[in-house]
Amino acid sequence: MSETINVKLKIWRQKNTSDKGRFELYDMPGVSTHMSFLEMMDVLNDRLVREGKDPVAFDHDCREGICGMCSMYINGRAHGLLKGTTTCQLHMRHFENGETITIEPWRAEAFPVIKDLAVDRTAFEKIMQAGGYVSMNTGNAVDGNALPIEKVKADEAMDAASCIGCGACVASCKNASAMLFMSAKVSQLALLPQGEPERYVRVLKMMEAHDEAGFGSCTNTGACESECPKEISIAHIARFNRDYLTASVVSEK
Amino acid sequence: MIRAFSKLNITFACVFNQEKMITSLKMFYTSVGRKLIMALTGLFLCVFLLEHLYGNLQLYKIDGGKAFNEYTEFMTGNMFIRAVEFILFAGILVHALDGLMLTLANRKARPVRYAVSRQSQNSTWFSRNMGLTGSILFVFFVIHLREFFFAHRFGGATESMAASVANAFTTAWYASLYIVAMIILGFHLNHGFQSAFQTLGLSNHKYIKTWKCAGTVFALIMMIGFASVPVMLYFDFMGMSSNILGK
Ligand code: FES
Repeated sequence: MSETINVKLKIWRQKNTSDKGRFELYDMPGVSTHMSFLEMMDVLNDRLVREGKDPVAFDHDCREGICGMCSMYINGRAHGLLKGTTTCQLHMRHFENGETITIEPWRAEAFPVIKDLAVDRTAFEKIMQAGGYVSMNTGNAVDGNALPIEKVKADEAMDAASCIGCGACVASCKNASAMLFMSAKVSQLALLPQGEPERYVRVLKMMEAHDEAGFGSCTNTGACESECPKEISIAHIARFNRDYLTASVVSEK
Repeated sequence: MIRAFSKLNITFACVFNQEKMITSLKMFYTSVGRKLIMALTGLFLCVFLLEHLYGNLQLYKIDGGKAFNEYTEFMTGNMFIRAVEFILFAGILVHALDGLMLTLANRKARPVRYAVSRQSQNSTWFSRNMGLTGSILFVFFVIHLREFFFAHRFGGATESMAASVANAFTTAWYASLYIVAMIILGFHLNHGFQSAFQTLGLSNHKYIKTWKCAGTVFALIMMIGFASVPVMLYFDFMGMSSNILGK
């Protein structure tokens, strides 16, 4: 296996939210196959800065697949072709020598482009503010182990909590729906005793925030599940739907 | 009178004013609620399909269309069934209109499309093309109604329903139109059936596979069941059409 490859990058460049934007081509000769995708982008930006050009804006932070900041639509797939991986964990060895790699930002009405590949994901924050919390009175901290929790439920809540909020579900959904994100956030709370009391009000409020942000509706294609870097299951969406229907029917308002 | 009218007005305002609308009604306006309408009407139409298929299969009795004609007469003579017929039409219209509205709203959720999108790698063709298969089915539904339902109910057709069907399906293009439509119906059901259970929240890790399997089986039964009749009639297998037309 060769240690370096030559690739062409076709990157979406957009000055700001109101700019129309266009693709620009960059040659990347001699890319080490051990580089991560973001390191390759760093090399490109380093070169652009030296040439006195504007570097490509993209989100990133932890670079170890846990923060959910990186967000690139690579060759028609959210976070690239690998299953269960974020862009920062994708390595150049998965690309062919001479390949042209198309890089686009997440596309959704609710995620406006800030610049180039960076999008504004405040809409997720809005959903969380609407109901993605547990209300507690202050006082002495309770012993966590004093509350019995069924192991299966704790595991299921933990799986849901592994959502890093990157938005790949929205990006890959043909309807730009945020149901996988929202349902994971609901499951991580609703399945545990602390989140149970607000289970039904929560879904009603979050649903409203979801629609207000301009996300589409879920048509159960399952694209989100297969592109999710944390492989979160659409079974959470079914749970959300169940809770939402129950909440709507039993609501006293 | 005026008081009664204003009361009615208030009720209307309550129902249609999104702000004040009671939560149980409001749910039909949300993105999940609209899918709920799709799921409920869709499953209702699935029940109808079963019943319709049962009727069509009467033609296999090769009794000169007697059983089939009796069945269609029963379906038109019974007052209760006539009432259900209205609900059925309403169901189809609501399913189609809501589907159209959903498709349009969902397009708005992604105003700028991707230049490169490899959706075939993460979802099935069936699931992504419900709007397309649904529209084709709606056109087919209109043609189908005009040919058989309206012709007999309002057009004063004199021949029996079995004779109409046999005549229609011994025409090559007409039989092929039906067969193609039924294949599309199979595509639509393959995703739609299991999707309905997911939307209704009747799915979980354990049942997801079961519903998917059941959906494919249901789609295949409907597709093969409905398409078999035009095939049988066109090729006159088992003497199905000659038996009815008395040739
Ligand atoms: S940079 Fe944190 S998940 Fe990719």
